[in-house]
Amino acid sequence: MKEGFRQSMAWLHTWSGLLVGWVLFMVFAAGTASYFKDEITFWMKPELHAAAARTEVPPVQAAEGAVAYLQQHGAGSPRWFINLPTERQPSTDVLYLATPGATTTSAASGDKPRRRFDRASLDPATGEALSAPRVTRGGEFFYRLHFDLHYMPALWARWIVGFCAMFMLVAIFSGIVTHKRIFKDFFTFRPKKGQRSWLDAHNVTAVLALPYHLMITYTGLVTLMFMYMPWSPQVAYKDRGGEQAFFSEVFPGGGRDQVKASGNRVPLAPIAPMMARASAHWNGAAVGRVTVHQPNDANAVVALTRAEGPQLSYDKPSMLFNGTTGALIGAYGDVPKPAAETRGVLYGLHIARFGDPLLRALFFLSGLAGCLMVATGLLLWAVKERQKFAKTLKQGGRIGFGLRLVDGLNLGAIAGLPVAMASFFWANRLLPVGMAERGEAEIRWFFIVWGAAAVLGLLRPTLRMWQAQLAAGALLFVLLPVLNALTGPAPLTVSLRAGPSAVAGFDLVVIALGLGLAGAVWIVERKRRKSMAAKPQAEKKPPSSPQQPSSTLAPSGQGS
Amino acid sequence: MTAGVRHRLGVASRAVAAIAGGYGVAALSSVVLALCLPAVFGMARSEATMTGLLASFAIFALAVMWVFAARTALRAWFGLAVVAVVLGSLLLLLMRTTGAAA
Repeated sequence: MKEGFRQSMAWLHTWSGLLVGWVLFMVFAAGTASYFKDEITFWMKPELHAAAARTEVPPVQAAEGAVAYLQQHGAGSPRWFINLPTERQPSTDVLYLATPGATTTSAASGDKPRRRFDRASLDPATGEALSAPRVTRGGEFFYRLHFDLHYMPALWARWIVGFCAMFMLVAIFSGIVTHKRIFKDFFTFRPKKGQRSWLDAHNVTAVLALPYHLMITYTGLVTLMFMYMPWSPQVAYKDRGGEQAFFSEVFPGGGRDQVKASGNRVPLAPIAPMMARASAHWNGAAVGRVTVHQPNDANAVVALTRAEGPQLSYDKPSMLFNGTTGALIGAYGDVPKPAAETRGVLYGLHIARFGDPLLRALFFLSGLAGCLMVATGLLLWAVKERQKFAKTLKQGGRIGFGLRLVDGLNLGAIAGLPVAMASFFWANRLLPVGMAERGEAEIRWFFIVWGAAAVLGLLRPTLRMWQAQLAAGALLFVLLPVLNALTGPAPLTVSLRAGPSAVAGFDLVVIALGLGLAGAVWIVERKRRKSMAAKPQAEKKPPSSPQQPSSTLAPSGQGS
Repeated sequence: MTAGVRHRLGVASRAVAAIAGGYGVAALSSVVLALCLPAVFGMARSEATMTGLLASFAIFALAVMWVFAARTALRAWFGLAVVAVVLGSLLLLLMRTTGAAA
């Protein structure tokens, strides 16, 4: 469309990146946090920190305890889900469809009163409900925010996020094509050179983690591809009833087929022999999840799914047992087919639950690089655009509406989001423990703070405002370990020596993030001083005046 | 029509071509792959469907790049139309031969 191929791709890269950049920044940030969502949730429930490191309980014992609990509280429920404890998630979590007709029983640690599910966290050793910790969405909030957004139906949100992800994919493809010297850019950084430095910073963060960016964007689309592209399953399986036939062929034993109750009460067969058999079948790998369809009914079916292991694929093999006799119905997913396995691996790569903490930390760093790539890209646009107004500004004119809008959105998104995320953690510790709708209240604070930051940014997109918001984020993050020490039983002094290591890790990471933000404040300060010095003396404006418009050529700020 | 207006209209037209046309071509290609891979390579139906789905986003992105790389907006639309017609006829042919459609 422009003169040459490379120019038109550069144009495409600029606009596909800019138009959805602010959503992408949030998606990247929330997704990056989600790598440690279990640890975040744990940090947000300080009531659980004091419990001395439990001795590991064999999965069979945990499962039997959970079944006993469910027989007591949900014997008439049509379906039970039991998630057995893991290293990262030390309690047994049960989830059961509410008994039809009965009113909701004591929902122990429910997040928000959700549909018809009751939940409880159990001590794996005793099968007793844990003393209910405070109600919080925890890291699950960031995980959901990452693709379901908030305050809107999940379906719309997923289409919006998918739309933005597609823009991102186009931006990456066209960005690669635009580069003449992708390998050299790898090693190029020229600091303190204005626009050139922003371009270099964008290139370094983008190219350094390019395989990651490409992988995470494509695999993100793959996680929801059945929703985005429903046509081929519908057409290819038209003769057998469409999509559902496709799913039951690809995910046999996946529990998508409803098990109907017979109405005859028959006691549930013991679970231990089934688990032993499954474990042996999977060469000793543990069972991770137990699903019981129609417990205590003649048609009961028990589905066992293998625990998450070091395997890349998200699809895990499962075995089905007759719930009354304990007889094996079938084993599924032992020999995955190539394309199905490819999808499973792509899905698994996106959520990275296979990794040990170090590997997930590397994913986390790559995610941060992604945030920086998006942020520097957005700022680069503003810097370039500002140069078009250099003359107008010198003559005392104003910048255009588009640039002003981008400046404001950049500020609210890039500098405001860390403040909002930190506020979410502060709300978690400061809101009264017993308040109603507590989980939602924490989330409300996240959005109140982010909204305020965005409004302030749009009203006054100055370097001073950048500094104020970055500094607020830095302070709130750096002081989180202090808040934890004051409101929880495991301050850094304790957690570093005796655990829990997840709490220590959280505290250390937020300190690092806070210091990073403080560094950004310092960079903006240098920029501000330089632009003030460059201002002609004739203007004679008091340097501390709050009306100070953002400097002529200096770009506004730097990402977190 | 001034050059500025013409340019803006061209960009708007390309944006529609990229988003709607690109999605159409990607969706069509996923269906064609789902039907033709079993017919040509004897691949299992579920595997072919999965392959088509996995490839569709790359095809989408390439279609978008084509739309903005083409010399004029008209050419961009024309290119998409040619691909769509080819895929569409293949699809009709496959549906008839495999008997997926009555």
